[in-house]
Amino acid sequence: MNSRRRCYRSLVRILGIYVVLSAVALVMCAPFMWMLASSVKPNEDIFAYPPAWLPSRITFQHYEKAFSHSAFPRYFLNSFVVAGTATIVNLFFCSLAGYAFAKLDFFARDVIFMLILGTMMIPVHVTLVPLFIITKRFPFCGGNNALGVGGTGLINTYGGLLVPYLLSVFGVFMVRQFCATIPDELREAARIDGAGEFDVYWRIMLPLIKPVLATLSIFVFTTAWDDFLWPLVITNSDSMRTVQLGLQVFQMQHAADWGPLMAATVVVTMPVLVVFVIGQKHFVQGIATTGLKG
Amino acid sequence: MKTWRYYWRNGDRRHVMLMGYLFICPVVIYSLVTAFVPMAVSFYLSFTRYNMLTPAKWVGLANYRTILFADDLFRTALRNTAQYAVEVLPANIILSLGLAVLVNRAIRGITLFRTAYYLPVVTSIIAASMIWLWIYQPDAGLLNLLLSRFFHLPPIDWLGNPRLALHSLVLMRVWKGVGWNMVLYLAGLQGIPGYLYEAAKIDGASPAQQFRAITWPMLKPVTYYIIIMGLISTFQTFGEIYAMTRGGPLDSTTTVGFLIYQRAFSYFEMGEASAIAFILFVIIFGLSLLNVKYFQYRG
Repeated sequence: MNSRRRCYRSLVRILGIYVVLSAVALVMCAPFMWMLASSVKPNEDIFAYPPAWLPSRITFQHYEKAFSHSAFPRYFLNSFVVAGTATIVNLFFCSLAGYAFAKLDFFARDVIFMLILGTMMIPVHVTLVPLFIITKRFPFCGGNNALGVGGTGLINTYGGLLVPYLLSVFGVFMVRQFCATIPDELREAARIDGAGEFDVYWRIMLPLIKPVLATLSIFVFTTAWDDFLWPLVITNSDSMRTVQLGLQVFQMQHAADWGPLMAATVVVTMPVLVVFVIGQKHFVQGIATTGLKG
Repeated sequence: MKTWRYYWRNGDRRHVMLMGYLFICPVVIYSLVTAFVPMAVSFYLSFTRYNMLTPAKWVGLANYRTILFADDLFRTALRNTAQYAVEVLPANIILSLGLAVLVNRAIRGITLFRTAYYLPVVTSIIAASMIWLWIYQPDAGLLNLLLSRFFHLPPIDWLGNPRLALHSLVLMRVWKGVGWNMVLYLAGLQGIPGYLYEAAKIDGASPAQQFRAITWPMLKPVTYYIIIMGLISTFQTFGEIYAMTRGGPLDSTTTVGFLIYQRAFSYFEMGEASAIAFILFVIIFGLSLLNVKYFQYRG
């Protein structure tokens, strides 16, 4: 009798937990559902009262309009080039440096590491103006001479867009934390067998640190994909805009056109959501294990 | 610390050291070019008048004097930014800790819920701004429709009312940010050894007492980290301001980050913008130090 009642109680408790979990999930996801619903609603539904969560019929006219009235395909290409390049560059250089900081012993290693890590404390706005000037006056680019005068430098180029994402200090930190958990014996054994330092990194370390590399890729890709301030500052031609900038400009030009705007937002958000859901396990673990243990 | 000689005199150690320098040299050069040099340049520019067309002109402390003592808009921006941080941070900490406790259990489908709570974090600030512009839209936005349907409230101009706009932005920011801190707290919760709770239960501590005596103190390093990172990010708020309100109405949502952008890239007052950026840096740095002090003192 007693045990049955206890069983009943715990069942109610579990059910209660699921109800709370679902209610919170509903609140957190409502804006997304509203975005998705608005993007496939016919125009007469968009201003309907009471609000309709389910469209009376599904239409893709907003998607067509969003794509035919702007250079979204081009924005996508730009964002993919920038975020993709940044990811590849980061994978190599962050892992190389992270490995060195974790496993190689050299003079002033920890001081250099702390100095580099300290740059994470610098607000973007402090370096924004000088970075813009450096990019604009980059020698021998965009009509500049050796002193960086005369042309537009790296403004409106992929090179210019890439500047702030090429090497993530946080990425170096993540890799270093992960490498520290790998026993030294592996490296020593390989060295005794005659492998050079680069071989040890390339053949032994890289395969072992794959999980953190997955986290790093997601992190770098989303950072570059989602950034707004730098593309805003560094581009002024429509053909070099990234998706975030394109989305904002689209909103300015089609102010009250909520259907197409939501359609565009869906499309801009999708790649990152897909990347996240695929690599979700790695990502959350990555933050959990390396975000804190300093 | 080992001396330079310790590494240099021994062939093996020297080799490892040189390889180490080779491996980190891209990061070191990159940090120099994109962080240390710009910081020095910015510091220099903050003492000049510079519009990118004519050479920078040295003006000494004039920029700082103007900003600190004669610039009403800077004062407004600073107040708005502080207000923003003061509202976002506590709400974020309380809610994210609540969420972390909620999802810190091994039941079926829990990953799905964690993912759902995390989705706003993955969304870009511009995409989030677009969604919330639509939600806050006065005539047909979701929020007013729901309020009118369930509470019969008249339409509210969430972003157009100078007394409301900043709070509306806070609400969006909290929605967007809680997932991130939830994951941090979740990691913290899972690092608390279970025997502490068992011992507390044997001593007859209630769940509330357990939270006060075990959970909260054990999570202190996480809270400390969240506050510092939160200060750094809220004090730099820019994207949603640019996309949703442009600092308006009546400068009620002008943040320091937005003001710097405006001064630099709308008015080309690079010197003044650099000076504001440095003041911002000092404020963030000072608040972080205070935070460290406070937590060391208490913990």
